[in-house]
Amino acid sequence: MKDWRYWLAEQRGTLLAFGIFIVMFAIYTSNHPAGFTANVVQTASNKGVLLAFVAMAQTLVVITAGIDLSIGMIFLLTNCLASWLVVGTPMQTTLGVIAVLAVGLLCGAINGAIVIYGRLQPIVATIATGAVYYGIGLLLRPFPGGSVNEDLADALTSRVFGVVPASLVVLLAVVLVIWVPFSRSVLGRAAYAAGSSETAAYMSGVPIRRGKFAAYTLAGLLAAIGGLFLTFFTYTGEAAYASGNAYTLFSIAAVVLGGVSLFGGKGSAIGAIFGALAFRTIGDLLFVFDFDPLWQPLFQGVILLVAVSLGAFALFRVRNRLEWFL
Amino acid sequence: MDGVVPLFRMEGISKRYGGVRALENAGLVVTGASIHGILGENGAGKSTLIKVMAGVVAPDEGRMTLDGREVTFASPGAANKAGIVCIFQELSLVPELSVADNIVISDPPKRFGMIDRKAQRRIAEEALARAGASDIHPLALVKDLPLSRRQMVEIAKALARKPRILILDEATSALTAADVSKIFDVLKRLRSEGLALLYISHRMNEIAELADQCTVFRNGRNVASYAAGSKSDNEVVELMIGREYSHIFPSKPAAVPAIAAPRLEARKLSWADRLHDISLTVRAGEVVGLGGLDGQGQRELLLAFFGVLRGLGGQILIDGKPVSITSPSVARDDGIGMALIPEDRKTEGLMLPMTVRENLSFAALDRLSKAGVIDRAAEQRLIDDMVGLLAIKTAGLDIPVGALSGGNQQKVVIAKWLMRQPRIILLNDPTRGIDVGTKQELYQLMRKLADAGAAILFYSTDYDELIGCCDRVLVLYDGAVKRELVGAEITERALISSALNIHGEDSPVGLGADA
Repeated sequence: MKDWRYWLAEQRGTLLAFGIFIVMFAIYTSNHPAGFTANVVQTASNKGVLLAFVAMAQTLVVITAGIDLSIGMIFLLTNCLASWLVVGTPMQTTLGVIAVLAVGLLCGAINGAIVIYGRLQPIVATIATGAVYYGIGLLLRPFPGGSVNEDLADALTSRVFGVVPASLVVLLAVVLVIWVPFSRSVLGRAAYAAGSSETAAYMSGVPIRRGKFAAYTLAGLLAAIGGLFLTFFTYTGEAAYASGNAYTLFSIAAVVLGGVSLFGGKGSAIGAIFGALAFRTIGDLLFVFDFDPLWQPLFQGVILLVAVSLGAFALFRVRNRLEWFL
Repeated sequence: MDGVVPLFRMEGISKRYGGVRALENAGLVVTGASIHGILGENGAGKSTLIKVMAGVVAPDEGRMTLDGREVTFASPGAANKAGIVCIFQELSLVPELSVADNIVISDPPKRFGMIDRKAQRRIAEEALARAGASDIHPLALVKDLPLSRRQMVEIAKALARKPRILILDEATSALTAADVSKIFDVLKRLRSEGLALLYISHRMNEIAELADQCTVFRNGRNVASYAAGSKSDNEVVELMIGREYSHIFPSKPAAVPAIAAPRLEARKLSWADRLHDISLTVRAGEVVGLGGLDGQGQRELLLAFFGVLRGLGGQILIDGKPVSITSPSVARDDGIGMALIPEDRKTEGLMLPMTVRENLSFAALDRLSKAGVIDRAAEQRLIDDMVGLLAIKTAGLDIPVGALSGGNQQKVVIAKWLMRQPRIILLNDPTRGIDVGTKQELYQLMRKLADAGAAILFYSTDYDELIGCCDRVLVLYDGAVKRELVGAEITERALISSALNIHGEDSPVGLGADA
């Protein structure tokens, strides 16, 4: 009877992120000189999906109550690699794409193996592996350069049927092919269970280790998809340290905006995607209102604080102070 | 019995943790279609035995046979597959997942490689119905359920795994009386369906009602097995503690004169829809009990005194003067000097990974420090006093408090507050899940503190404790005081009838209700 209320409670974080994004995007397009046109949406989508992929990756790890500080560096490394490999004939390009994705998967698997089997703290382990991944990226591309199969790049950054941005279609496909099956599989549930209460999950015979390993590995894959798209947009590879770090931190911000709990066990990659898109829209808003781009970090911080506080409003209604800590 | 292969047998099981011997050559024989009660003090080896059976820990020595074939379990999952399912004392539910997710968590129904949510829902509803808990919605998150409902989910989850041997380790400790009777019916039905049930409880009356066969553990060994009902309670307790069982409750002193000024007084306390116009007094030197069924507002009342509830109506007076207690740190301050021994020691009483020393001194740090620096020598003196006073058994002060047994953890919680020499002590069901020996020590301590001038307000779900320890008992029903029992009026019959809000025919005229 009241099933929908439980569904609503479960999706609250995702819906909130969706709402924030819609409001921000509406303000943006209504103030844009060109208005709500396919062109404006395409540009916004192309800018947004990069962070969306990285935020999805971060979500998988955060659900297990971990954190992946190497995610931005996997994103950079795969970008550098793609600028070497995703070139040539369609056959070569396909193999190149597969190789780039495989490397992302491997990076994630290494993170997972160190955290799960090496029993290191996720923060420490991924800071270290992140530095390694960045180092490899730098070896691959000491200076910005390289190229990419431009037919593929143009196809994936243009529009489908002249209206829908292709990058958005890919994002949707990735959600359907990776996120939905994962979240509904036994491994996905194991990842949630491990993040919520690892002892309870263990006592219940849940495959915690495999669940966490799958989460870290798929996170690497998603970051690699992001890295591929970065190459498609820029046609080059660049091991830009600041950019890698920014993506890591922004992915955490997007995850929080998207209603994913940093304590683990709660949230959805869909929420994180809207969180990422909303976060990206901040810069666009500053642009249409003619603010100096220098204001951007400040505004991003303020929006993040406001969004996170929305979730804390419920605490004002609590009459038993012990519930503050739950 | 001879000649028949028992369903499950364990022999010569030994397990050591470091230098501590948890099990020494222990054994157990389980037959189908029966309920087997397991008794013993905390630390007697019951929990370890269960963990061995359930595949949580591997024994150092010994063998187990199921249907006459030797078995070993590498993980809880392996034991589950063999049909041995355990409901652990520490709940094994994942808080952020839904009830249905939790019920099928070990082996979710799958369709095309993904979890089949419809089938999952169906299984969960069936299991909840079988456990007599159809009132729980399968989509509710476990973290939103109260403790007693969670325990019902835990039982439903165990049933969903179709066990052959079901182990219940203190599985009713958080349940309300109504749930306990429901669960007992369920357990009896399971027995008639041919299941073997192992029932571990500190509540003798539960074992007496349920068990066909009993085994007593002491010091890591099974010391006696007997048919239920063939031994008296006193004999059983003597087997458990290995010494003469007498005078478990300390003798009560003469009643504190009613003219003595109250130390703690409540006038018409109300909060949300949980507390209604509660008025009570506790005088120095008095142990006042809070009785009634579980969940009638007793916990909230204690939290109200301790400054945890917001929007409290009514008045609290300390030594006759109205006070405003806005937080636990105000409550514990010198002017008020209140201490609350919480119900859930693991979350509200202790920081499990921190050391015994740190846990002991937390509440008293302000008294032990000058200008923010802790006076180590003073801290050590006080800690030594407390460890001695409460006879806390610990391998050292610098080991994590989580490594102590349940009874000793509870002693640490109490010692922590005694370090402040509180004038008012609130206890929220402090003996839950604690062995007889430790209980006895706590009863004596409580009386000693009262004699030394503390005012004690003591909530317990165990009627025997209220009868044995309290000078007066206030019985709560639906957030209001239904009856006050004084001295000899405190009988099991009076407690139960007023807890159920029945006007018992034995209620003495003119002495009863204050409602």
